[in-house]
Amino acid sequence: MTATGLGDNPQRSHAGDGPSPAEALRLFETMVLIRRVEERLRDDSAAGKLPGAVHLYIGEEAVAAGVCAHLSDRDYATSTHRGHGHFVAKGGDIRTMMAEIWAKREGICQGMGGSMHVADISKGILGANGIVGAGLSIATGAAFGARLDGDGKVSVCFFGDGASNQGALMETLNISTLWQLPVIFVCENNGFSEFTPSAEVTAGRIADRARAFSMPAAEVDGNDATDVWRAAGEAVRRAREGGGPSFIEARTYRIQGHFEAESFVLGTGRYRSDEEIAGWRQDNDPIARFRSRLVSDGTASAAQLDRIEAEVLDRVNEAVAYAEAGQPADPELAETLMFAPEES
Amino acid sequence: MARTRLIQAIHDAVVEEMARDPKVIVYGEDVELSIVGDLRGVHEQFGHDRIRNTPICETTLTGMAVGLASAGYHVVVQMMFSNFLYTGMDAIGNQMSKLRLMTGGQMELPITIIATIGGGSANAAQHSDTSYPMLMNLGGVNVAVPATPADAKGLTKTAIRSKNPCFLLEPNGRGGELGEVPDGEYLVPFGKAAVRREGDAATVVAIGRMLKPALAAAAALDAEGLRVEVIDPRTLVPFDEDCVLSSVAKTGHLVVVDEARECCSAASQIAAVVAEKGFSLLKGPIRRVTTPNVAIPYAPNAEAHVIPGEARIAAAVRELLGRTENHRQGVPA
Ligand SMILES: Cc1ncc(C[n+]2csc(CCOP(=O)(O)OP(=O)(O)O)c2C)c(N)n1
Repeated sequence: MTATGLGDNPQRSHAGDGPSPAEALRLFETMVLIRRVEERLRDDSAAGKLPGAVHLYIGEEAVAAGVCAHLSDRDYATSTHRGHGHFVAKGGDIRTMMAEIWAKREGICQGMGGSMHVADISKGILGANGIVGAGLSIATGAAFGARLDGDGKVSVCFFGDGASNQGALMETLNISTLWQLPVIFVCENNGFSEFTPSAEVTAGRIADRARAFSMPAAEVDGNDATDVWRAAGEAVRRAREGGGPSFIEARTYRIQGHFEAESFVLGTGRYRSDEEIAGWRQDNDPIARFRSRLVSDGTASAAQLDRIEAEVLDRVNEAVAYAEAGQPADPELAETLMFAPEES
Repeated sequence: MARTRLIQAIHDAVVEEMARDPKVIVYGEDVELSIVGDLRGVHEQFGHDRIRNTPICETTLTGMAVGLASAGYHVVVQMMFSNFLYTGMDAIGNQMSKLRLMTGGQMELPITIIATIGGGSANAAQHSDTSYPMLMNLGGVNVAVPATPADAKGLTKTAIRSKNPCFLLEPNGRGGELGEVPDGEYLVPFGKAAVRREGDAATVVAIGRMLKPALAAAAALDAEGLRVEVIDPRTLVPFDEDCVLSSVAKTGHLVVVDEARECCSAASQIAAVVAEKGFSLLKGPIRRVTTPNVAIPYAPNAEAHVIPGEARIAAAVRELLGRTENHRQGVPA
């Protein structure tokens, strides 16, 4: 454990060490917050309350939480179609995110984006994205801006194993290495690309693709929050200090379907067994694992963690109530928002 | 005011804007020595942080523009031939044209993309397209098509000061053409067409590279007693409908000359606007003079065959006005 007092400034965390007690509790809280948000979305989607599809992040929370613990609002992050977890971990407001997914005027994007496009530019959240792999170049461009600003900002790109097969990965690995951009590529290898097992469509080890450019690349247990936190801390520090880009491949598992209501699409088709899913759920839940570690190493008592969980649940319920009570989106915005007003 | 080449006018505009605003960043493949010629030498003045050569990776060049603009910069990307926009199309079609709306107005994306349009240089099909129809259809990007050196300067400056994605599409092969260009602060507003030649017999709207043959056709028709009004729209998005409609109110006839392929061309759009909003002004059908729906061939004679030129434009006007070549006055038939 590091000395106390680091919790207020994640930038001072030392990689190699684990998170301080305060940081560990915040990690736990973030993961639980994502989980409760996602469970609620799962239920509301099943109940037919959400107008669009949702792609859930349940089981992958340690990646977003472990990486974003090192970021501030000034840093940038690009996300994916499975983006609620990144939005929450990067400090996005769950009330306006929920309102967005509910297609309400109060939504962070005024109901114009929806689940696959939650973004909060004021917090450096450059958006979830419906185009697989699109974030690679956007994050790289933001990192170019950070580099030009020269003030230690970094840019994180979250993307999936499926996205790693887009050519843009090679382009951005190349240019970010050449230009020594402060970007951290975080590949969330959850084993599947829609209904296709990763191994069927992805050759070699994904992290090796970065190594081919001599980029520092770490392969971590994406369901181990501490492991992710350490690797991300090192990558973020390197980027802040002008040491250029890094790559992290976080091995994890998608517990939910590709998107909710997947079973309607699949019919009788199967791409994995129920036993496989149950195995991950029971033995490798990142939150359960982290929770038992916090208790066993004396960082927190079970009662303390229960309290955090209860508080989080209240916040999520409140956020959903806020979203539900919101106003319908303003259809006219579609016409007025396309272009930014020019100065006259 | 000085006689200036079109590429030099773009160069001057970019240099002036880079000097005015340190947030203007330029990149692209070979921008330092600059194949098109428009940005040659700029790097000597501003250095590597402000303008730099990139790898060949159009998907990433357009995508990085979105990220860099999100980080507070005004990005100028030189994409060379507009055909290469196809390679970089995701960030154009799915990101920069849409993200402002999709984020509920949070994002501002001041991005200027420069590329050449059009054939006429035996560059063959993959380097000769006039690809603005796909851009016009996106809804979220401005499209400027300068036809003169002065407009090249003024539209470039307006694009770089815009808060929105703008495409500045240079006329291929016309970069060396000379024209009077005002010095220093000279901006051409978007959405204001220019009447290049006044007349009352017919309105000819000629886009970008098509202005030159349209003016040549107008001069030939003048000798036959037909005074044609030639309009250069200068920007296709936004488009100056009023200018075209008030000209048609005077002439009653419309010919639109567009180097893009006929299907869903800018000419089709302009014809539709006038048919909808100016039907009662028309004394006859609207004529589109476009490239047929083919790939631009390499052989110069074949290229000249498909790309609209003076003869086809003049013929379209004569046909509309019920004239034949025999009506020529003072010119041996
Ligand atoms: C350019 C593009 N191609 C295809 C799709 C359809 N699609 C959506 S998600 C997905 C799989 C993505 O897999 P991965 O990157 O591993 O992310 P995961 O869903 O596993 O989180 C596909 C093919 C898309 N949205 N965008």
